[in-house]
Amino acid sequence: MTYPLLSVQDLRIHFPVRGGVMLRQTGAVRAVDGVSLDIAPGETLGLVGESGCGKSTLGKAIVRLLKPTTGSIRFENHDISHAGPHALRPLRRNFQMIFQDPAESLDPRMSVRAIIEEPFIIHGLGSRAERLQWVDDLLDRVGLPTSSAERYSFEFSGGQRQRIGIARALALKPKLIVCDEPVSALDVSVQSQILNLLVELQRDFGLSYLFIAHDLSVVKHVSDRVAVMYLGKIVELATAEAIYKDPRHAYTQALLSAIPSHDPKVKRKKILLEGDVPSPIDPPPGSAFGHRINHPRYPETIGADLSLREIFPKHWVAADPCCVSAEDWEKVRPAPAKA
Amino acid sequence: MIPETDNILEVDKLITSFETDRGLLRAVDQVSFTVPAGKTVGIVGESGCGKSVTAMSIVRLLPQPAGKILGGHVYFKGRDLVRASDSEIRKIRGGEIGVIFQEPMAALNPVHRIGRQVAEVFHMHKKLSKKDAWDAATEMLELVRIPAPEKRMMDYPHHLSGGMRQRVVIAMAMACRPSLLIADEPTTALDVTVQAQILDLMGRIQSEMGMSTILITHDLGVIAETCDDVVVMYAGRVVERASAEELFANPLHAYTKGLLHSIPTLDTPSKSLLNTIPGIVASLADYSHGCRFCQRMGRTTAVTRERPGFSEVSPNHWVETCPECYQPA
Repeated sequence: MTYPLLSVQDLRIHFPVRGGVMLRQTGAVRAVDGVSLDIAPGETLGLVGESGCGKSTLGKAIVRLLKPTTGSIRFENHDISHAGPHALRPLRRNFQMIFQDPAESLDPRMSVRAIIEEPFIIHGLGSRAERLQWVDDLLDRVGLPTSSAERYSFEFSGGQRQRIGIARALALKPKLIVCDEPVSALDVSVQSQILNLLVELQRDFGLSYLFIAHDLSVVKHVSDRVAVMYLGKIVELATAEAIYKDPRHAYTQALLSAIPSHDPKVKRKKILLEGDVPSPIDPPPGSAFGHRINHPRYPETIGADLSLREIFPKHWVAADPCCVSAEDWEKVRPAPAKA
Repeated sequence: MIPETDNILEVDKLITSFETDRGLLRAVDQVSFTVPAGKTVGIVGESGCGKSVTAMSIVRLLPQPAGKILGGHVYFKGRDLVRASDSEIRKIRGGEIGVIFQEPMAALNPVHRIGRQVAEVFHMHKKLSKKDAWDAATEMLELVRIPAPEKRMMDYPHHLSGGMRQRVVIAMAMACRPSLLIADEPTTALDVTVQAQILDLMGRIQSEMGMSTILITHDLGVIAETCDDVVVMYAGRVVERASAEELFANPLHAYTKGLLHSIPTLDTPSKSLLNTIPGIVASLADYSHGCRFCQRMGRTTAVTRERPGFSEVSPNHWVETCPECYQPA
């Protein structure tokens, strides 16, 4: 039996909402609400969705910066979902994270060398001389001059800072890197430099990525498969090709139609959604997207099992009568309960 | 005075400088473009290229006392805004020229109700009574498709989502039925589906009111989708100017080409290496007088030390004619 590199099963992350004088828990933000996914070695899984859909929370939980409420996260078949700090430490070198804003994720009081060297020290690797060499090699690998090592992160531009963040993430030769909006704070001409670097590193080191972004063109460019998230749940999961050419879920279709086309002569037909993403504090009891678009079949979805079904090989879509065509619904509807 | 034209706005060799620790920096260095009546003109460029400063110079909202307009003209319906008095400008801004900023929360006062803020525009500019201004504001919220406007009037800005706040800001900008709208990154802080709603709304209001728009953005997709004409800026200067169709089909300046080719589109082969523009957008203080894109690319040949000219190489297609960055076919 072979295992995927990462396997997430029915993951839920709820944050308590407290109120009143005694600060008793009055509710919960269901940031991630029943997510299952796998990532294979060397694969990029893109994760798209609008702000507040829980994609960053999911990413942070996978590298265990957050503790999930229920469900399992298995990394090479080790369950890390509830492991304590002690048990996690030796495993952590395998999964790293790159953040959106490198200015905030790099300590301004540490030199670039200290930032990149820190993982080696924490894991007790190498002699002082070896670590010096490794830091230089890493800087070189991400396209920064080795003279940068003695400078501080704020002396660099956004793109260069992101390179420092990538060097730090690469230091321990991880197998999986969670990239949380790695290019959205960058200018377009710098964005392509960083995307190219990520693609090259994957090719050279066989890395897997969970690539979180809201820019659908960028996600399509780097991903093998794409998961579309809406209000804490994955609503569609398929190869990048299938998601973009043949989306089956109404939300995916709306999201794709909203991407501005880069040709002024092509005016695509837009599916304009009403309103905003609903709050995950008090999510509608049935299909969240069906509720947003006020679908007539919404009442059927209350209490129903809306989990993903395989509509075509490797193309999964939520079994939600509000969000798939009538024809697709016949393929994905759960078998009627026996009387 | 300038001759009568169909242009609602003519920006002519505008120079705006900022007093900084590193001396006087020209954030806008002889920028010229025109906005034809009823059309949308996009200004595109990377951060620090001077696109926002250009817009803020037009309505004289520069940070004081550091920012100063040192030269050029901004003709709005024949009047030169650069030389207008402060009280004239105050009347025009929010009256005949509406302004929308990127961050709606920064444009709204957090401690006042939505209704009071929108009604204030009518009260100030149209001298309506409190009651009439309130009614006009409710009507305006309806126009920007805010559901249940009477109820929303009583809300505070933090009650609303980002998209709804931007609608409120649009309502305020549109209140006096301006003939020119300046929108500075109006959808950058929004999700794609909400961005599509807001762009659709702006387009609809524009055609209903017959107004012109200057849209400032870094997103070439938004430009392609909404603009008639495009101005490409780099390091305080316009490097290329053309109709959107022409610019996307036939970019002439090396910087425009680089920008267009460095974004992945849905048709780019997956995981292929993208074109990149080497280097970074340097600080204005680090540029010399010559072609600034050459300086980014590290070209130091003699020709790049002179400031390149800016000329119309085909009808309505202007380009900075640096011999390194622009080679005529």
